[in-house]
Amino acid sequence: MNFNLYKYILGISDNSLILGQRMGALTGHGPSLETDIACTNISLDLFGQVRSYYQYAAKIADDGRTEDDIAMLRKEREYLNVLLVEQPDTDFAFTMARQFLFDVYHLLFLTELQKNKDLTLSAIATKSMKEVSYHQRFSSDWIKRLGDGTEESHLKMQDAIDTLWTYTDELFHQTEADKIMVSEGIGVDVTKLKDNYYQKVNNVLEEATLKIPESKYFQKGGKEGIHTEHMGYLLSDLQYMQRTYPNMEW
Amino acid sequence: MSEEQIKNLEAQFEERIARDEKIEPKDWMPEKYRQTHIRQMSQHAHSEIVGMLPEGNWITRAPSLRRKVALLAKVQDEAGHGLYLYSATETLGISREEMYEQLHTGKAKYSSIFNYPTVTWADMGAIGWLVDGAAIINQVPLCSTSFGPYARAMVRVCKEESFHQRQGYEIMIKLANGTPEQKAMAQDALNRWWWPSLMMLGPTDAESIHTEQSMKWKLKRKSNDELRQQFIDQTVPQADLIGLTIPDPDLKWNEERQSYDFGEIDWEEFWQVVKGHGPCNKERMKARVGAWERGEWVRDAAMAYSEKQQARKEKQAV
Repeated sequence: MNFNLYKYILGISDNSLILGQRMGALTGHGPSLETDIACTNISLDLFGQVRSYYQYAAKIADDGRTEDDIAMLRKEREYLNVLLVEQPDTDFAFTMARQFLFDVYHLLFLTELQKNKDLTLSAIATKSMKEVSYHQRFSSDWIKRLGDGTEESHLKMQDAIDTLWTYTDELFHQTEADKIMVSEGIGVDVTKLKDNYYQKVNNVLEEATLKIPESKYFQKGGKEGIHTEHMGYLLSDLQYMQRTYPNMEW
Repeated sequence: MSEEQIKNLEAQFEERIARDEKIEPKDWMPEKYRQTHIRQMSQHAHSEIVGMLPEGNWITRAPSLRRKVALLAKVQDEAGHGLYLYSATETLGISREEMYEQLHTGKAKYSSIFNYPTVTWADMGAIGWLVDGAAIINQVPLCSTSFGPYARAMVRVCKEESFHQRQGYEIMIKLANGTPEQKAMAQDALNRWWWPSLMMLGPTDAESIHTEQSMKWKLKRKSNDELRQQFIDQTVPQADLIGLTIPDPDLKWNEERQSYDFGEIDWEEFWQVVKGHGPCNKERMKARVGAWERGEWVRDAAMAYSEKQQARKEKQAV
């Protein structure tokens, strides 16, 4: 098995898995019916992507594991998502800020992944781009609405951006598998996306009358499987059925 | 308008309905017709929205990615149904906010079935199979009801509901053919959801207060008892097919009636839940009211932003 490719795929799809899990949990509890439907839709899109990636990862692993085994039966240390996507839904401003800070990265990443010589990854990227363009439009609109809405919403959105900002730098870290994949012409060099990312993010924040955080201290670890304390609880839900009733089909 | 004129209009109105013509929002209608439709349609919309909660409870814990995606899509459909039904009801001159207010204060009801807890994954199967099954039986006749916006909304709702029902039954098939533990989980869910599903079709005809008027306006085509019999006759063979047992020792095929005889429904339990004392009434309301209250600042911000944008546009135009 091409272990680096396998790990590389997990690095991409674990982000969608964990963010999809977060967004799915909000179904039925949104601030309005329209936003509720939109958040569920984002979750659905992300899980759709996740299935394509893990099915491909299962094929590469070729050890009898299925997409569900890969999604639901790893240890916490083996999940490779960035810390940003596992952050909790403190309020709707956090939900939208998390989504936005990820979407801008996600779209830039997929735009590059689309050009990949690995045809499966390229096809998944092309399909996902349409969805993620919509996610980015939706979350950017909410950054503006809440940033430039009422005084209360402005404060809440600023707090969410300030809090989550510390997790943005990790998006541009390269793991060993990333570096090898880049050298093989399959991986996307995420370090090259960074300037464009902050420029796009800053433009929206400015339009939303929000301050661009100045902090230079960032958190990392997710890509190496070292997560925040929120992760274990999220995984307890995600893995509940597979752990409680092993080796069954549903 | 004189009393005679009103009587004339009423007579014409009833004739239109008898001719199977659709009543549209701008047409004249008796106040009682309007109120009855607001009550029933908003109750229906509320049921969709509250109905998202028991199934939403399993989204994060669905056992496979395929099931998770299907469940998300299903719960999202329910939100969509709520949206069309609220919009259709708004054509009668009530706002969505007023309807929410009625739900949150307990003035408006929603289907009592959603006050039962979802305690295992098999409940996702049982709800799709039984609850959506009973809902379809209730709702198919509404596709030809007299009020146009309601009838049209129901055509779409029914198509999606029948997909949900198949999806629920498919979960049950998989469990019933699975390990002994899975089969037991399926049987346990059937045991808990069977009687509440029968209650969902409403009180017995003798106790039902709205039936006669509703029949005339085509809000109802069959009585509650007829619908219940139809549901039972349709569902028992489906349970047999997958080797599950309906939890009713009195259930027996009646050759003469070509229908199943069935046991006594515990109407005391039904009324207890309707009156707000079911296992989850308080939790469901708390979840709805909580989402609405937590969302207030978000909705206010969206409104303020849109006003600012509008003002900017106007300023630019000048």
